[in-house]
This record gives sequence, C-alpha cells and structure tokens, in this order.
Amino acid sequence: MNCSAHALRPAAITVAGLRKSFGGKVVLAGIDLTVAEGTIFALLGPNGAGKTTAVQILSTLLPADGGDIRVAGHDPATEPDSVRAAIGVTGQFSAVDNLLTGEENLRLMTDLHHLGRAGGRQRAAALLRQFGLEDAAGKAVSTYSGGMRRRLDLAMTLTGEPKLIFLDEPTTGLDPPSRRTMWEIIRALAADGVTIFLTTQYLDEADQLADRIAVLDHGQIVVEGTPDELKRQIPGGHVALEFASPDDLVVAADLVHATSRDDAALTLQVPSDGSLDSLRSLIDKLDVAAVAVTKLSIHTPDLDDVFFAFTGQSDSRNPDPQKAVTP
Amino acid sequence: MNSLNYAVADSATMLRRNLRHMQRYPSLTAMVLGIPVILLLIFVYVFGGTLGAGLGHVTHSRAAYVSFVVPGILLLTLAGAVQATAVTIAMDMTTGIIARFRTMSIARASVLTGHVLASMIQSMLGVGVIIGLAFLIGFRSAASPLAWLAAIGLLALTALALTWLTVALGLAAKSVETASNTPMFLMLLPFLGSGFVPISSLPTGLHWFAEYQPFTPVTTAVRRLLLGGAVADNAIVAIAWSAAVALGAYLWARHVYNTRPLPVR
Repeated sequence: MNCSAHALRPAAITVAGLRKSFGGKVVLAGIDLTVAEGTIFALLGPNGAGKTTAVQILSTLLPADGGDIRVAGHDPATEPDSVRAAIGVTGQFSAVDNLLTGEENLRLMTDLHHLGRAGGRQRAAALLRQFGLEDAAGKAVSTYSGGMRRRLDLAMTLTGEPKLIFLDEPTTGLDPPSRRTMWEIIRALAADGVTIFLTTQYLDEADQLADRIAVLDHGQIVVEGTPDELKRQIPGGHVALEFASPDDLVVAADLVHATSRDDAALTLQVPSDGSLDSLRSLIDKLDVAAVAVTKLSIHTPDLDDVFFAFTGQSDSRNPDPQKAVTP
Repeated sequence: MNSLNYAVADSATMLRRNLRHMQRYPSLTAMVLGIPVILLLIFVYVFGGTLGAGLGHVTHSRAAYVSFVVPGILLLTLAGAVQATAVTIAMDMTTGIIARFRTMSIARASVLTGHVLASMIQSMLGVGVIIGLAFLIGFRSAASPLAWLAAIGLLALTALALTWLTVALGLAAKSVETASNTPMFLMLLPFLGSGFVPISSLPTGLHWFAEYQPFTPVTTAVRRLLLGGAVADNAIVAIAWSAAVALGAYLWARHVYNTRPLPVR
C-alpha cells in the first residue's frame, strides 16, 4: 500500500504531542501518530522505548500527561467507554483465565458483550474453529501451549468484533511456527478491514506486516513511514568479503571501492545492489588479481539498518537468524 | 437494556466466573471451610470440658461450652472465608485478565461485585456448615425464627464488611503471597475478644482491647440472639462497626482499583 492511498482513508487513531512520565522519568516525550482505518501500523522499538505505555494510554488503561488523542473518534480521557466499545486489546501479558476452559473464556467474553445464550454459543464456536482451538475447547487453559494461549487471547479480543485492535508484542516468546500462524491471523484480520496497531521489537515482523512503521526510541519517534520509505532512507545494500590473508585484503582494497575495511577481521564491505551483473564484475576483478576470498555474503538493506541508522544502536536483541546477513 | 441492567448482567457474569473458580480450585474453599470445622471440634472436645468448667458449669461443662463457643467459631469462619477473597482478587490483579476487563466496555464495578458476591456466598456457606455441625455436637438454642434471622443478618453484614476489607487488601497487595498473608490478623481477632472466653477473664490491657474491638460486639450480639440476653447495645455497636468498615473498605477498594498500576513484565 502506498501513502497516497492512506491519505484518502479516515484516521482510526490520531495522536499529537502525547507525553507521559512516571515519577520524573520521561517515557513518551511528545509523539505524533496517525493510523489510517483498515491499515496495519507497527510501533517498533527496543524494550523500554515506551511502546507498551503508548498502547496503554490509547486503550484507556493509563491517563496521558498531555497531548491530543483521538481513538476511533473519541478522546480516551473524556469518553473512555466510547473508546472501549470500539477497540480490542491483546496485551503482552496473557489476558486469559487460567482456571477456565478455552470455551468458558470465550463465553465469559460473549456474556460481557451481551450476546445472549444462543448468540454467545455460536460466536464462541466460530472463534474456536477460526483459531484452531476446537479440540482444546474443553480443556483448562492452564494446559495450553504458549501459541494456543496467545490464539485464545486474540480470539477473546475479537469476540466483540472490534474495528480497531491493539496488539502489544503479539509474538514475543512464541516459537517460529506459532509466530507465523499469528502473522497469518493478523493479515487475515487486516484483509477484513480491521485496523491494527501493533508493537514489536522484531524488525522483520514490522517489515512483514505493517503498512506503516514508526520507530520509537527513548520516548520519541525517530522515523516514520512505509517499510519501503524507511529502507530508501538508509544506505543501500553491500557485499561483505572475507579474505584468507592480510595481503589479499590489501590487494582487494585497491581494486574495489570499499565503504568499510576491517584489518583485524580481514573483511571489506563493497556497495552493491545485489544484482547478478554487479556481482559478476566484482568477482571477475578479484579473480584477475588472484585474491583468495574465503567468504562472500550479500546484504540487502532491511529494517536492521533503519534501526541502526536512526537510533544509533544495532539491534542485537533480535533473535531471528534471518536477520543476519543473508547469503 | 439500560446501564443498570448491564451492571447487573455483568456482575452476574463475574459472579458465575468466580463460582466456577471455586469449583475448579476446590482446595481453597475446602480449606476455608475446613479450618473452622477443625477448630470447633478441637475447642469442644479438647478444651471444652475445662473451659466450660471455667464458665461456672460444674456439670455438663462441655455441652455448655459448645453453646458459648459457636458464635466465636462463626466469626472465625467469616474471617477465614475472606482470606480466600484476598487471594483470588490478587490473582486477578497480578495477571493480564484485569487489563482485559478494564479495556472492555463493561460495568466497571462488576469485577469487584463479582468477587464480593462470591465471597459472601462462600462465607454464608461456611456459616451454614458450622451451625449444622454445632447442632450435631450438642448446640441447642431456644431462639425464635426472628432472632435466628437477626443473627444471620448480623453475620452477613459482618461478612460484607470483612469481604470489602479483604477485597481492598487483595487489591493493594503487590503479589498473591502478600495477599494471602495480610488478612491473617483477622483470624486472631475472634480470639482477642469474647469469642472463646468471657472478656472479664482477660488481663487488663487485653480486656480493654477486647472490649473495644469490633469482633466483640458482633460475637456477643450473635450469642445473645441465639442463647438469650439483652441484645440492643451490642447489636447497635456491631451494626455501626460493620457498616463503617464496609463503607470505608469499599471506598478504599474502589480507589485502589481505579488507580493501581497494571501488572508489568
């Protein structure tokens, strides 16, 4: 989706100058956001950046210290119930009742949404089916796996068919298959027209899911845009070369225009668009000079680079091996 | 449905949830009902003969003590039952479920009213068990149905006060462990009053404390309603105490519920 399409949609969330401090510690230092209806918006940042605080304020759990906020057309401070009627929230903390079964948890939600006995039963059954929990419907939630628990959590959030949902780190702690399942569910929701505000510390997650991304660091939005816009703002891709000896490194450094050189690790980084032609010409040059290259890897720009470029720190917390330099 | 109907419906939903918890987690209920049963049996069959003699009954001293101690055990039952309330409230508050309830468009008080109603049911169940057992082991009362009703009503009012107090303590507790410990002092109060011995037998300082602490007028009023004697003074003080504690604890609980920070990871 491009940004002109967004401009045409009404905003599900607008935030201007949102501030929040806890006992003198500034957590949100005046942030501005706009989330268009029917889009997925990712708030990306490391632990402690203020992501959860932002979600808690937007979902009426915490009062803001300052700023102008509209969520589904209402101010959370003055019309919290109107906001609550429009939203669904799945927090970081599992918000399921461990002593009840999966079905009872959903019936608790249908009762609180006043769907009636028959309506509630139908809705619960439909959600159990949709989230692949039919077999576990009668089992206590305390016996559920992490992925099942998260799916039930989201199913409970969706019981009232909210048009806007907040997902605070929806895949943190999940194993890769459960994570992919969760991504599919989120994409399906967006396809149905639900607006999704998600927070994540996983760069690839934001890249995979979001129409727009805002990077939050130390309570401030350091950059905001579509994944492609963000990638365009950072230096392009490169090829990383590792050599057998210091002599090889010196020879190669004269042949290519390296952007960085590490004499200790015997590596060079050469700007490249990753195309076959540019690689062929690079390899030809090195071949002609008989330089011994022990390793070559291609690095395409990704959100890791964005993160590094705009926050000045590399994201070493990211556990996804796919984020490492991809050959 | 109007907002009052919603409030009633949501409270009923929360009550069903809490009753289901009791059913799923029966050990907590069994413990709060079991402890007063065991204490009643110990006080009657172990200490009863001697304590009954101390009351001035030379013959049938144990039977006399049964009648004397039942109101004390009933108060102990209420104090024990509400321990579980603090624990279940704290379990809710320290997990994400409370954040879910707070972001839903539901009657805000229903979370607490659900707990209070479930706790009241548990307390009155305990009262029923103890009264039944008391009759089995020799408790006799010539009280009129009206006097019985008044005694049960007074116990229910006391249960309400203790429930709101432990709801507030459970809300204020940082962890489930703290919540299970802070209301323990309530279990001691029936002992430091007229529950087990006449307060006239207590040493000066303790006598003074026993005379003015809230459990004493409740115990004495219930005892006189069931066994006879002038009730009015004690009943008025008991009602005043219970109403004041219930109201104060309700306001405290509401304040903590509205301002308590959410669980953090």
